[in-house]
Amino acid sequence: MPEQTTSPASSPPPRTETTPISGTAAISGAAGAGPAADREHSAKPDAAVVRDALGVGVAVGLSGFAFGVTAAGSGFSVLQTCLLSLLVFTGASQFALVGALAAGGNPFTAAAGAFFLGTRNAFYGLRLSQLLALPRPVRPLAAHWVIDETTAVALAQPTRRAARIGFTVTGVTLYLLWNLTTLAGALGAEALGDTRAWGLDAAGPAVVLALLAPMLRTATERATAALAIVLALAALPLLPAGVPVLVAALAAPAVLWLKGRDGTRQRAGDPHAAGPHTTAAPGKEEDR
Amino acid sequence: MSIWIAIAATALGCYLLKLAGLLVPADTLERPVVQRLAALVPVALLAALTAQQTFADGSTLVLDARAAGVAAAAIALVLRAPFLVVVAAAVAVTAGVRALGG
Repeated sequence: MPEQTTSPASSPPPRTETTPISGTAAISGAAGAGPAADREHSAKPDAAVVRDALGVGVAVGLSGFAFGVTAAGSGFSVLQTCLLSLLVFTGASQFALVGALAAGGNPFTAAAGAFFLGTRNAFYGLRLSQLLALPRPVRPLAAHWVIDETTAVALAQPTRRAARIGFTVTGVTLYLLWNLTTLAGALGAEALGDTRAWGLDAAGPAVVLALLAPMLRTATERATAALAIVLALAALPLLPAGVPVLVAALAAPAVLWLKGRDGTRQRAGDPHAAGPHTTAAPGKEEDR
Repeated sequence: MSIWIAIAATALGCYLLKLAGLLVPADTLERPVVQRLAALVPVALLAALTAQQTFADGSTLVLDARAAGVAAAAIALVLRAPFLVVVAAAVAVTAGVRALGG
């Protein structure tokens, strides 16, 4: 189903009577919606939720092939490659770990980069725990599926029931496909021999770039990305492998600090001088 | 051996991060500065990773066929191509440039 490859968050609402759902609206809407509300006309049919979830799960799940090829091409065994997808199951961290070790980094700096990339999942979990209201015994299991795609699908749903279905179907589909295609990619890379000759060493940076692209919505985010690239490339010849990427993470607090100073100077004037802010997690200060 | 240590540390760390979000009280991470840092740190890390995996050969900077492939991926992203097309474009262009002796 090629038309389903876009995130449901960016596609138009399926029914005219439903209002566009933003993250916070989905949370407050779900909080007010009891089981009875699910039968109202505003409820999204379960089949539509499953269709959205399958679309995201299939499209992203297939890219596990790129991870399998990249990891196997970087010297990881098939077993190690598959264990990463089974146990880590958050794509950006997996690519970061493989890239750092392939570049000769020590295991702890490599794991640190993967860990810092995984911190965003903690914030997804925070929003999902309110939205899904999972029973405590289920949380350790559900936690493994708290990633970009399941969060995007769950937050785009109008009711708690739809959010739970969306989260679960996306999680199951993605977990199965991501791991099967990782195995296929790892075996394929061994069969191909020199993956560089096939251009497969470009798959890693292309996937990471594709993960980054939707995050570059505001000037703040673009400035952070630009500064991070400069820091990483400048540090690369000077510091041990794996460390330059961690140094580049300092671009985030640096840009926030510069923006904060700018905001203090301009506070007397236009409060929105820094531009409209549409990050996924707007803070209270943004409204002032 | 070091690969196994890295795999174990990453698997444990990434799982605990996911679990923490579901278990901690909601107001713990609600401070605006924490939220905005959490949104920006992945941007910095992913940008740095893209640059490193495109231009690094060990600890030296090189300009080879990968750069052409990643440029093709960037163009595909601007054109809003699906995820798999973006990756396929990068792989195909890199392989093509190498085949031509780039």
